[in-house]
Amino acid sequence: MRRIEIDPVTRIEGHARITLQLGDDGRVRDARFHVDQFRGFEKLAVGRPFHEMPGLMARTCGICPISHLVASAKAGDALLAVAIPEPAIRLRRILHLAQILQSHALSFFYLSAPDLLLGMDADPARRNLVGLYDEEPELVRGGIALRAFGQEIIARMAGKRVHPAWVVPGGVATPIDAETRDFLLAGVPGAIATVEQALASFRMRLVGFEAEIQHFANFPSLFLGLVDTNGELEHYEGRLRVIDPTGARIVEGFDPARYQELIAEADEPDSYLKAPYFRAFGFPDGIYRVGPLARLRLVTRCGTPRADAALEIFRGRDASAGQASFLYHEARLIEMLFALERIEELAGHAELLDPDVRAHAGPNRREGIGVAEAPRGTLIHHYRIDADGLVTAVNLIIATGHNALAMNRGVLQVARHFVDGERLQEGMLNRVEAVIRAFDPCLACSTHALGKMPLAIRLFDAQGRVVDELRRSSR
Amino acid sequence: MSVYTLEIDGREVGARPGETILAVAREHQIEIPTLCSLEGLSTVGACRLCLTEVEGASRLLPACTTAVAEGMRVRTQSERIARYRRGILELLFAERNHQCAVCVSNGHCDLQALATSLGMDHVRVPYRDPLLSVDASHERFALDHNRCVLCTRCVRVCDEIEGAHTWDVAGRGIGSWIVSDLADPWGESSSCTGCGKCVQVCPTGALFEKGKAIGEMTKRTAFVPMLQHMRGRRR
Repeated sequence: MRRIEIDPVTRIEGHARITLQLGDDGRVRDARFHVDQFRGFEKLAVGRPFHEMPGLMARTCGICPISHLVASAKAGDALLAVAIPEPAIRLRRILHLAQILQSHALSFFYLSAPDLLLGMDADPARRNLVGLYDEEPELVRGGIALRAFGQEIIARMAGKRVHPAWVVPGGVATPIDAETRDFLLAGVPGAIATVEQALASFRMRLVGFEAEIQHFANFPSLFLGLVDTNGELEHYEGRLRVIDPTGARIVEGFDPARYQELIAEADEPDSYLKAPYFRAFGFPDGIYRVGPLARLRLVTRCGTPRADAALEIFRGRDASAGQASFLYHEARLIEMLFALERIEELAGHAELLDPDVRAHAGPNRREGIGVAEAPRGTLIHHYRIDADGLVTAVNLIIATGHNALAMNRGVLQVARHFVDGERLQEGMLNRVEAVIRAFDPCLACSTHALGKMPLAIRLFDAQGRVVDELRRSSR
Repeated sequence: MSVYTLEIDGREVGARPGETILAVAREHQIEIPTLCSLEGLSTVGACRLCLTEVEGASRLLPACTTAVAEGMRVRTQSERIARYRRGILELLFAERNHQCAVCVSNGHCDLQALATSLGMDHVRVPYRDPLLSVDASHERFALDHNRCVLCTRCVRVCDEIEGAHTWDVAGRGIGSWIVSDLADPWGESSSCTGCGKCVQVCPTGALFEKGKAIGEMTKRTAFVPMLQHMRGRRR
């Protein structure tokens, strides 16, 4: 049996590799996605005062610090056991939507658009943002501006683009001013135009990706995520809904604070990524997906006009396409539309600038759970504290983790379809990575944007000797 | 009253006998960095950041505890002094767990400000990464030993201004640590009046108000000389 290693996987954040096991016939027998890095936040937060947790937890990630900030602050709210002021909720929502916007813009325009708009087999030297700029300068400029808009909203509201600590247990640290509100409102129309242009461009090219739609992690699985009380798209709070592959609701209106009754976590011996599964179905049958695709399959509707119009087209396709992880990309664009429409709506609220943005209290509960829909899916922060308010235990289920089983299965599916074990082709290598990129795991490294991360793929023979090697240079 | 004449950084200055180099420098707007020193409290010369070169002295002398003398020639800035000061800061940062990015005093910390102003951008000695606790037993305040630099400002303000002497230093050398009463949890201290002066004078995020999130703990110390002045008058 031979083994192919893709190490590291590029255009994702953090360090991961893929191994493919080949049979004697040269066909792929098994494929694994390994996340080799270890962060250890569950351990290092123990002993800290819980009021420090949001700012500390935001450090988990440079791409989606706001999601961690929000989920952590919500766990803090639960420990305070107070109702936080409405104006604070509105501000948290806007901030979080801005984060969804910038993160999705990063995933779509910087990381995946080179594959999607130039083609999976395009020359790797040109299959990057710069190469894309030559073909579609307006789109690239718009994409960069879109991400910048999301980041600038965060900077103006929370003090800085990356790792602000503005969201705190009980609300937010400070109210915002009229200038910030006007900035939000002024930027929305142009940003919507960019997303709609990208959506049209993506849909036009979709016909060329039949094979990818069919084989990129396209399999029946459960989908899990939060929806609001009307079944509409919701990223800040709401109840858990789980649907089966046919779309039937098997869990509805479930309190996310009881997540452990729904989800169990398995450890994989070859990865630091935990593998959660739907408890009732066991491991590994309880495989489910979270994130933009899951959310759009879960909701009754988005709840904003443009996003709902886009959702209708999305759902109008062949039913089997609904299981296709390739459509995560389109789902991201639709969510960007939704985020912009919702930001506009929230920013127009009469009491947006209300200075009452924080509830103060000491620890009134020993256990708190905060759940939000991060760009990549359901994010769960679960803390226990002692009587003095010091953290004694932390459990984190990071959005990407939910998708661990699905990513593994997706890699196997893509490898089986596209990999010919006798001769390695660069386009094949790119597709094995691209299935991971479709999930946009929050291992996403922005330097990849230029397609310059080093990458090596090796083919081993039965004795472990390298029989073929393909290498992409970092320079 | 006699007056000494001395030179600081090439400037001729007058001083009263018994004054320290630091006091005289400050009277003449000559900046000398300090950490353990605080106006209104006694001087202990613990941090050594105010080291200066005094002509004729074989070693660097702390400005806060060295009395002026007639004809003294002092330098407060030199490559050698800067190297020593950065080295002291590096040792302070390496000794405990100073993680500015996730500290309640981020942006309002004397230690952090000194590192910035003195150009300490690297720590060349290995971090000790000690396992230290947080005492959050007090209802309103907490003490995070990870962020303590043992400047003893808390000990002095509690003893000299509040008169409670709740805080003291236990242990020796690198094993020294701040204790309340006889190393009891702060919340169980019978001497603590809960005035919070120690929290305000702490130069880092070691002593802070509970409920503060990252970067929210600001401190004010102007009350210390005012209180001392007022109480001195009453006596």
